[in-house]
Amino acid sequence: MNTNDQQHPVSHAASPEGGDAQEKRSNGSGWFILLFFIIGFIGSLLSGWLLFPEMLYSEKEQPIDFNHQLHLGVVYEGCQSCHYFRSDGSFSGIPDLYSCSGCHQFVQGTDPEEEKFVNEYVLPNKEVPWLVYSKQPDNVFFSHAAHVKGAGMDCKTCHGDIGHSTHLRPYQENRITGYSRDIWGYNIARLGEPEHGGMRMKMNDCAGCHERETGHKGYCFQCHQ
Amino acid sequence: MKIDRRSFISLIVGGAVGTTLTPVPWKLTDDIAIWTQNWPWTPVPKDGLDAYKTSVCTLCPGGCGIRVRKIVNRAVKIDGLPEHPVSRGKLCPLGHAGLQFLYGPSRVKAPMKRIGKRGEGKWQTITWDEAISAVTGKLSELRDDQKPHSVAWVAGDDKGTLPQLIHRFLTAYGSPNFIRPPSVQDAYELAAYLMQGQQGTVGFDIDNADHVLSFGTGLFQGWSSPARMLNIYGKTQDKKKFVQIEPRLSDTAAKAQQWVAITPGTEGALALGIAHVMINESLYNQSFINKWAFGFEDWTDDAGNRRMGFKSLVLKDYAPEIVAEITSVPKPMIEKLARQFARAKKPIAVSGRGQGHLPGSLDECMAVHALNALVGNINQPGGISVVAEPDYAKWPEVNIDQTASRGLQNPRVDGAGSDQYPNARFLLHRLPDVINSAKGDAPVQALLVSDANPLYTLPDTQATKAALDKIPFLVSFSSFMDETASYSDYILPDHVFLEGYSDVPTPPGTVQPVIGLSKPVVRPQYDTRHVGDVVIQMAKAMGSFIEKAFPWKDYQAYLEAALKDHWKQLDDKGFAVIKASQDIPFADQFNTTTGKFEFYPTARNNTSGKDTDVLPNFTRVAIAGKPDQFPLILVPYDSIRLASGEVGNPPFMTKTIDETVLLDQTVFVEINPKTARKMGFYEGDRVRLSTPKGQAEVKLHLYEGVEPGVVAMPRGFGHTAYSKYLADKGVNFNKLIGPIEDPMSGLNAAWGIRANITKA
Repeated sequence: MNTNDQQHPVSHAASPEGGDAQEKRSNGSGWFILLFFIIGFIGSLLSGWLLFPEMLYSEKEQPIDFNHQLHLGVVYEGCQSCHYFRSDGSFSGIPDLYSCSGCHQFVQGTDPEEEKFVNEYVLPNKEVPWLVYSKQPDNVFFSHAAHVKGAGMDCKTCHGDIGHSTHLRPYQENRITGYSRDIWGYNIARLGEPEHGGMRMKMNDCAGCHERETGHKGYCFQCHQ
Repeated sequence: MKIDRRSFISLIVGGAVGTTLTPVPWKLTDDIAIWTQNWPWTPVPKDGLDAYKTSVCTLCPGGCGIRVRKIVNRAVKIDGLPEHPVSRGKLCPLGHAGLQFLYGPSRVKAPMKRIGKRGEGKWQTITWDEAISAVTGKLSELRDDQKPHSVAWVAGDDKGTLPQLIHRFLTAYGSPNFIRPPSVQDAYELAAYLMQGQQGTVGFDIDNADHVLSFGTGLFQGWSSPARMLNIYGKTQDKKKFVQIEPRLSDTAAKAQQWVAITPGTEGALALGIAHVMINESLYNQSFINKWAFGFEDWTDDAGNRRMGFKSLVLKDYAPEIVAEITSVPKPMIEKLARQFARAKKPIAVSGRGQGHLPGSLDECMAVHALNALVGNINQPGGISVVAEPDYAKWPEVNIDQTASRGLQNPRVDGAGSDQYPNARFLLHRLPDVINSAKGDAPVQALLVSDANPLYTLPDTQATKAALDKIPFLVSFSSFMDETASYSDYILPDHVFLEGYSDVPTPPGTVQPVIGLSKPVVRPQYDTRHVGDVVIQMAKAMGSFIEKAFPWKDYQAYLEAALKDHWKQLDDKGFAVIKASQDIPFADQFNTTTGKFEFYPTARNNTSGKDTDVLPNFTRVAIAGKPDQFPLILVPYDSIRLASGEVGNPPFMTKTIDETVLLDQTVFVEINPKTARKMGFYEGDRVRLSTPKGQAEVKLHLYEGVEPGVVAMPRGFGHTAYSKYLADKGVNFNKLIGPIEDPMSGLNAAWGIRANITKA
């Protein structure tokens, strides 16, 4: 099976010093093998902790660099002006083009982003393909009403203080799942607070918060209806 | 020092150990799991703004209120409408599966003209103008030949505005042949007309009854408005007693507090046996009988002849010993049933088998109706009422020309209203025989079919097909490629119920007069048109006085004008409750010649002159087949999980069917283990089931709940058309049975047929 082992007796016979050389080599190769182990070990640690997170996500810019701060200054009802609850209790989420074009029928200011918005979306009547940082899979049932109206939570508790931002962060998309990096969290080990100031949004994050706030993680069917 | 294989392996091992200490394996596992949920080929409905629209389901006459959830322009779910007075938020499986009709693959997408042989499936898409002028061209040609009476229109119902519009069209055109498909309503309506002199839908106030004696009626298997019945069962089962008299342990019998097994076809005799005990023991409502009944006691006619009354007939011929012999229900049981029924506070007796696809014998219906009269619960809360049709949609008479007038004077082609069957209104099941036995040209030269599928629902499929072969011009208005549509010459596809307006008259079996309005929930998916619009367009194309009879722009304008005051409420809420008629005293209600409830229906057709032929009596319906050749009796059964009417069973419902009912493509017939053992068959055996009308390959399911000597088969399978999701599953029961004419009424009295099973 092992060709090296079969060659040993042959080299012994050919050279009287061959035995020593062989011993030295095997001593040396043990250390050498350990070195390779360490190289592999450290290499994988480095790539797993540093390179992998960089490779896993691709960075995308939002179609329009929306300025929340600017808009918050001109609307009357704060966040509710655009992100509101419908009469049946469901949450409107990101406003559709129809809501925006109420004001942005024509270019009003000098901002090139607004011009881009009007020309590329409002005039051709095309919905803006916003990249949603908090988008969840279809099998997750989440009620904004239960959290905002029921538990009296603020938007920024989960979403960060996005209402006062002047630019939209780049959207870091998981190349495998397509969901935002915000869901898992920026830190690949899921340590520390998320950079955007909100919450991570994996299932365990929901359960963790529920356990802290209500004393119970909740039941499967509450979110997976 | 040489880099060899060992160092390489070591590098990899080191890398592997290191990797386990990084987030890579854990994160990748999680991500891959999520990735599998987001494969691009997995269909995911588009997200968007959701909204609810209220409407009424028209997949059966039950008229349940529905609430349809929409995401942007797509309907995604049908649920019950809580405010609806009949269905009260409940919905049957067919209603829940309704979207499969809207989006299913068997829709007819545009008007079509047949270019191959009939039934070959070769079609050419044509424009609506071409389609309408093809139909009106043929109709004009027949009128020019002075044969308008050779046109017949089979419409799903005779109540509501659309049937009235069609009826008006036929009247203007000159044809008396407006035909409604047969159902138990024929028997209910005829019994109510003969015994009470009232025209309308017969309602059974089971909500307020406390003792329900059902003669084989599939109360919880889709009878009346299925959601209403399920609701009644769910809410009040412990407050009512349900007694089910049926040869088979059906779902209703299983849910009832008491199941009485009976020899099939003898239910009428048992009703009269129960009447005997009630009369004999003076357990009947004497104040009602004395004041409001006619023909209970013997009576003397105008000529001074002594005539027999119900009491004499029942006391003479239906003693419990005799009835026990006929029905195989023991004498003490008959007595017990009678006493329980008579002593209940609010008893009600219901007739009609299963969901009510077959009218059954008129005598049987009248015998059961007589039980209700004996306890005096006619037009009472908790009893039986005749709900008059709402008086909307009354238009001025049509002015017709001579051709039309001569056409209308011809007898109806199905024989209803003729000297032989003066009491019947519609006898569609007679039509195949009338056409097949006619000499020379077929008496029907053009047949138009809307909301009906006679090639599937009429008994004796072969005869029906032969009759259709003789009709030179066949038009279907079906939304789906159903059996009749696929066999017709032209298809002028209708919208499905979620695409257009239509009114839904009071559902059969309910007591409260309610109009429902089925409303467009989504835009029409294809190039279809409402039948009502097509009728109006046909009238306009025919011109002259026919056009003048239809002054409306389109069907919606007609509907709004017809519903007048109710329109706003209907369009808003989806239903309108019309004032109930129950408080009116009896005197106004019995419109018979005697002004009373007639146990002896004086209006009943009597050719023999015998009183026993007029009174509710029991005559055995001789089912087809000789006992030596066909030793078994085949009966159909209905299930709420199977749509057995003119619409096909949607795939969602087929999924709910047990594997002892349908496995792969083969249907099971139920047989008693004793019978199976005697014949040498075992569970799951593949056998050939033959009847005098046809044969089919089926499997056997051994079931103690069916009487020895009887085999039971589900109705609703065996479609040959629609899509691959519906077709070729099991056998159509109608292929194996033929109609049997009730001698007096002409209704189809068949309840089963003789059969045999042999090794396949």
